[in-house]
Amino acid sequence: MYIVKRLLTMLLTIWVIASLTFLIMKFIPGDPFASDADVLPEEVLQNMRAKYNLDEPIAMQYVLYMKDLVTFDLGYSIQSETRSVNSIIADGAPASALLGLQAMVVALIFGLLLGIVAALNQNKALDYVSMFIAIIGISVPSFILAPLLIKYFAVEWGMLPVASWGTWQHSILPTLALAATPLAVIARFMRSSMLEVTNQNYIKTADAKGLSKSKLVIRHGIRNAILPVISFIGPLFVSLITGTFVIEKIFAIPGIGRYFVDSIFNRDYPVIMGTTIFFSTLLVLTLFIIDISYRYIDPRIKLTSGGE
Amino acid sequence: MLEHLLEVNNLEVRFKTYGGEVQAVRDVSFHVDKGEILAIVGESGSGKSVTVQSIMGLIPTPPGKIKNGEVLLEGQDLLKLSKREMQKVKGSKISMVFQDPMTSLNPTMKVGKQITESITAHQDIKGQEAKERAIDMIRLVGISNPAERYNQYPHEFSGGMRQRIMIAIALACHPQVLLADEPTTALDVTIQAQVLDLMKNLRDELDTSIILITHDLGVVAETAERVAVMYGGMIVETAPVNELFNNPKHPYTWGLLESIPDIHAADKKRLVPIDGAPPDLFSPPKGCPFAPRCKYAMDVCVEAMPPAFSIEQGHEAKCWLNDSRTPALQELAAGREQL
Repeated sequence: MYIVKRLLTMLLTIWVIASLTFLIMKFIPGDPFASDADVLPEEVLQNMRAKYNLDEPIAMQYVLYMKDLVTFDLGYSIQSETRSVNSIIADGAPASALLGLQAMVVALIFGLLLGIVAALNQNKALDYVSMFIAIIGISVPSFILAPLLIKYFAVEWGMLPVASWGTWQHSILPTLALAATPLAVIARFMRSSMLEVTNQNYIKTADAKGLSKSKLVIRHGIRNAILPVISFIGPLFVSLITGTFVIEKIFAIPGIGRYFVDSIFNRDYPVIMGTTIFFSTLLVLTLFIIDISYRYIDPRIKLTSGGE
Repeated sequence: MLEHLLEVNNLEVRFKTYGGEVQAVRDVSFHVDKGEILAIVGESGSGKSVTVQSIMGLIPTPPGKIKNGEVLLEGQDLLKLSKREMQKVKGSKISMVFQDPMTSLNPTMKVGKQITESITAHQDIKGQEAKERAIDMIRLVGISNPAERYNQYPHEFSGGMRQRIMIAIALACHPQVLLADEPTTALDVTIQAQVLDLMKNLRDELDTSIILITHDLGVVAETAERVAVMYGGMIVETAPVNELFNNPKHPYTWGLLESIPDIHAADKKRLVPIDGAPPDLFSPPKGCPFAPRCKYAMDVCVEAMPPAFSIEQGHEAKCWLNDSRTPALQELAAGREQL
């Protein structure tokens, strides 16, 4: 029952997002053919607009778009006429998703590790080293980190390919560049969460049982400290796997990151809608999965459809 | 001399803070015999909790530091043990029940598991056998359906039930000494009585010695056999429970007793508070810590720390009034009023 209700809410959410995006998008001045307006005769422009239903009133355009959306048809890109938005996403998403997934795994493993090590050595050398790394990760933007990685690992030492996409070696540098910030954020978050848990009474209880340090830290410490971290892993995960404009551009990765940005510059309405709906669907889905998994991670949470 | 089960001698604990060093526990000595219930009474900040936590090695160091003293369990000094050796003592020979049952259990672990964990850490029992032992413990502390309760999480228990689980955890390995740090303070009065009865019954059944920390003299009268009264980081009076209530020999104990409401009092009687504030433990006075608040304080009280005067067998009070050279109380009180 809970799951059915939840799925319906998700559909509703996606519909609201799609509608709002549609509306806002139409309010942006200009249209897909604005740059061609000087070159092309008026009749041609008229025909082009008609082809994409842009001559209809906005309400009608909305209805037509929604009709296609229900059948999972996201329409054709205006910029590259031969390509459907579905195929743009299908072509770009795998590379972006793989890169994002790798970055997520790296960020999680090392972020959690760094945070835990820092917390266990509070105010000692290891703590300072960990947090120094974390602060660098947060404050150095990816468009600086990426070229630096390329300069040393690819150009100077020749260990890894400079750019483009293909073998797994190609994915190492972009993964590192993409993982740095989330890694740092996770590390800092985990550290403070872990410190908070360490001061809890139940840790004292566990200590008074005479448990070994490792059992104390893993079973009682990390198990509880990780809960708040999980809640922000969802949105982070989605933003990583749906591609990032900067990293994909720098490493020339054929992902979908650039479509998010390019489509807005070009007023490529179907692509704007398509990428936004794709992103929000993934986000809503991931949040749903996290909510479900919380039930298994935190026994205090019960899945009920509203109320006690 | 007979050896006591647990003996604390000249314990001194300090905490480093930004404001200076707090002398939380100053020269505290006491002992517990097998199967005995000792109550440590005192107001907040008198050093009760720090004292028992030092016994368990639960004082965070730093900022805490055990400056001096020894904690002898069957003659072995626990303060000299390494961390690893102490791990073996904690939970098996000495265990502890904490004040707040709502936060003292791990919220993400089944309560049964929290009990078995204590068993498997110290005894060569595994799997099903450990589980059965844990279920027995849940039954022993008076919770029905122990097998079902085993698989529940702390949030599915009420406060009193959680404290029973805490007791089950503490007693799972049949320790020789149970330290109970205000185990009933966070509970309703009716539940308090149940938990205290439970502890007493378990003591009779398992022959465990109990050190009960409390600030509730009602709890003391009902449960304890001997009492140590703490004030300003020191034990000011020790006596068997009846002796303490009938023949107290320290003005602070008098104050405590006067501050208990009496349901049988014939007419309306105001409770008598103890005037003043407890001593500043950053720089404790060189004399008796209670002197500034004491109606009967003499010059010597401010100047010199009173020794422990032996009143009777097992009754000691650190107060100069018990010196044979001290004038009668009425004279002292009268002399004060004239000033």
